Amino acid sequence: MSAQPALKMAPHQAFVPNWGARLAWAALAVYVIYATGTLEISLERVWRGLDNAGRFLGRMFPPNTEADKLELIRSGIVESLQIAVLATVIGVMLSLPLGLAAARNLSTPTLSWAARALIAVLRSFHPVIVAILFVKAVGFGALAGVLALIVSTLGFVGKLFAEVVEEMNPKQVEAVRATGAGFLNVLIMGVMPQVFARFIGLSVYQFDSNLRNSTMVGIVGGGGIGAPLFTAYQRFDYDVVFTILIIIIALILLCEVFSAQVRKVFQ
Amino acid sequence: MPVLRDISLDIGSQGLTAVIGPSGTGKSTLIRCINRLVEPSSGEIWFEGRDLTQLKGLALRQARARIGMVFQEYNLVERLTVIENVLCGTLSRVSPWRAFMRRFPQPMVNRAFELIEAVGLDEGFARRRADQLSGGQRQRVGIARALMQSPGLVLADEPTSSLDPKTSVEVMDLMARLAAGQGVPIIVNIHNVELARRYAHRIIGMSKGEVVFDGAPEQLTDADLRTIYGGEDWLG
Repeated sequence: MSAQPALKMAPHQAFVPNWGARLAWAALAVYVIYATGTLEISLERVWRGLDNAGRFLGRMFPPNTEADKLELIRSGIVESLQIAVLATVIGVMLSLPLGLAAARNLSTPTLSWAARALIAVLRSFHPVIVAILFVKAVGFGALAGVLALIVSTLGFVGKLFAEVVEEMNPKQVEAVRATGAGFLNVLIMGVMPQVFARFIGLSVYQFDSNLRNSTMVGIVGGGGIGAPLFTAYQRFDYDVVFTILIIIIALILLCEVFSAQVRKVFQ
Repeated sequence: MPVLRDISLDIGSQGLTAVIGPSGTGKSTLIRCINRLVEPSSGEIWFEGRDLTQLKGLALRQARARIGMVFQEYNLVERLTVIENVLCGTLSRVSPWRAFMRRFPQPMVNRAFELIEAVGLDEGFARRRADQLSGGQRQRVGIARALMQSPGLVLADEPTSSLDPKTSVEVMDLMARLAAGQGVPIIVNIHNVELARRYAHRIIGMSKGEVVFDGAPEQLTDADLRTIYGGEDWLG
């Protein structure tokens, strides 16, 4: 190396300022302040609300444990659970072919485009809106709730399963194809082993989500615990509301434990 | 711009043919054209009385079933067990229902166990998952899978490039021995000229998509290697 005289140079710049990102953050901050102003959210309003909340919470205690109320809640919860299980099982079974059809590395361009379009439509509405549609179409009751949650299961599991399939290792699939295996056998021995554990993971997550949503479709007439819950709100029976909420929380926690076990089995 | 040009080769029904040449010269493409993992744009490839380039659907799958393949990165289905990976070699003959239920015909299962032993793994490996094996063990399973097809030809695409020198020799030795034992010809793409010289009965040298050397290992001179790889400093 030749000895260079130490020159006075501009310091190296390791990080170039990203003006686009700075602008975006600033714009977000401005909008948040503006929105707070227009919605009349002020400290004084929050205080007024807290006062009301205190009275509301006070009326929840103690939770209502009368036998007839408990019986009503029990049948509602059982129905919600049935809605969640049925919608998950049927929805997940339908999502398997839908996800495979949507995966661009496995299906034809036309088929995957069609499957993607279908998934996009299924995903565009909240389960409650879909439930309203089905209540209008097939009438009040659990059937409408099951159908609504099948739609949201197809949308979620179908989309994410397609992504899982697209991320699989193509070399393993190629090796199975090179043995002369037909499409179904390639699917069974080359594709499914790679993606099945994650498919189960998605399904279990969706069961969680369906269970929560199944407590809600009842509000619009889709069956389950939602209807009694909504009625109790409207009749200011806050002690009944509280009982239902506790049971829902317990159910969700139980489901959490169950999901963890299922994931372990299919690891 | 085609990757391969003016290639006309006649591979005998016995012995190990090594294809050598620099990276990116089309060795892999050449081998993959044979079982159509790569579609040749023109030309003919004749195997067991049929032009492979013309086959479609079932006929193509039947032809592939007669051609075993060993890969550089083994390409085992990682989450399947060793025995399941070896039984993948039977998939052209087994219905999807049987494959799904893992009800492979017993003679095939027996054969799979034989092959696992033949490639130097003991029975205890059969139910281990492929992702628990070392590189050398995986390549042995890859060889067993290829032989499970009862192939009329084995293709090996850089089968030793991911392995250490000792394991490389073992794997080449195994392939040469088993293929000779079953009378199956092998075409091997390989970077290691020494291994090629040691195990091949014929060496094909490629450069820039063309065959520039074709002969017995004894005939391969430093001048030929210069033609194949270019430069000469590396020849020492």
